[in-house]
Amino acid sequence: MERKVIIIGSGPAGLTSAIYTARANLEPLVFEGLQPGGQLTITTDVENFPGFPEGVTGPELMDLLRKQAQKFGAETHFANVEKVDISQKPFKVWAGGEEYKTQSVIIATGASARLLGMESESKLMGFGVSACATCDGFFYKDKKVLVVGGGDTALEEAVYLTRFASSVSIVHRRDELRGSKIMQDRVMKHPKIDVLWNSVIDEFVGESKGVGLTGVKLKNTKSGEISTVECDGVFIAIGHKPNSDLFTNQIKLDDMGYVKTQPDSSKTSVEGVFASGDIQDTVYKQAVTAAGSGCMAALDAERYLESLES
Amino acid sequence: MGDFTKTLTDDNFEIEILNSDKPALVDFWAEWCGPCIALGPTVDSIAEEYDGKAVVGKVNVDHHPTIAAKYSIRSIPSLLIFSNGKVEEQLIGAVSKEEITSIIDRLL
Repeated sequence: MERKVIIIGSGPAGLTSAIYTARANLEPLVFEGLQPGGQLTITTDVENFPGFPEGVTGPELMDLLRKQAQKFGAETHFANVEKVDISQKPFKVWAGGEEYKTQSVIIATGASARLLGMESESKLMGFGVSACATCDGFFYKDKKVLVVGGGDTALEEAVYLTRFASSVSIVHRRDELRGSKIMQDRVMKHPKIDVLWNSVIDEFVGESKGVGLTGVKLKNTKSGEISTVECDGVFIAIGHKPNSDLFTNQIKLDDMGYVKTQPDSSKTSVEGVFASGDIQDTVYKQAVTAAGSGCMAALDAERYLESLES
Repeated sequence: MGDFTKTLTDDNFEIEILNSDKPALVDFWAEWCGPCIALGPTVDSIAEEYDGKAVVGKVNVDHHPTIAAKYSIRSIPSLLIFSNGKVEEQLIGAVSKEEITSIIDRLL
């Protein structure tokens, strides 16, 4: 059976595409990937998604979006896409060991946490180094932790970690934070949080077997001076990288790996393939902008499919 | 939780996992952990497929923090794969079914 539209990804972009294409009777098939619901499933309170004056948790919001898509007939598969072939039509998508054919594809694979990329970091990942405060904060009751970064994600994670940790130090490479004013205020006023300005991690110290992380070596970006800070955990929140490996050499990507879309459109370099959400957003990266671009991709796909029929 | 997946506790961990003569997969999870919830069905399906060949169980780290502490778990989801009572492999975060089963297959 040939599908009209396959959506790869199940964050706000993918599921909004699913809602719109389902309502257009295009019977979308959504591959949810290894992290159904996307990045919002590892956040706590979402306070800036319109329509939720009391806030909503990330997992709740994603449950609601999934239900809304399913209500209109979207099929959601808990499967990870292993391979795509968009070099000829119909496009082919392989997931869960099966091959699927489709007339159009909406790419909504989003982004994942970027890491610093040091050997000592990967060695201690899961043994004191983490990229998910909501998953791992629990293990740091009355411990001292660091958060690396200066944007909203880092500030939110720092505040979240104060529920468990005895102290939270933000390690930031510059002398001012990048996050929103409201988050900066919360951080600066918080009795458990301090900021280590002009600092970057030079090395993670510890052993993966047994003790795990015991501290870090910090480098001062101004003086170059190296200092040692003892801590039990380090949470990395330095931004995200687009999940575009599936499409390498099949579609135009920019230098950073984001899928390139045409201005004011979700159209990619391949006709019939559309992109929405963080995979193509180098600027905004919000849940609501992802949802908005998911809508654009659905409408673009709908028009494309109509043009095939006429 | 699937019918084939054992709920592991402080009381049964030794009998079910450490004393098992089959390879054992242990999933450390919690209800508030999004990626753990996502991984749950994968672990359950492995439990069903490997019924009789391997033991598959889950430790809720909220209910049984001592087991998590014993194995120095500091990140979830964490999957530990035991053979003859010893940890052979540890997988952290979202992993595919094939990644898990390839390790179990090696230990069968």
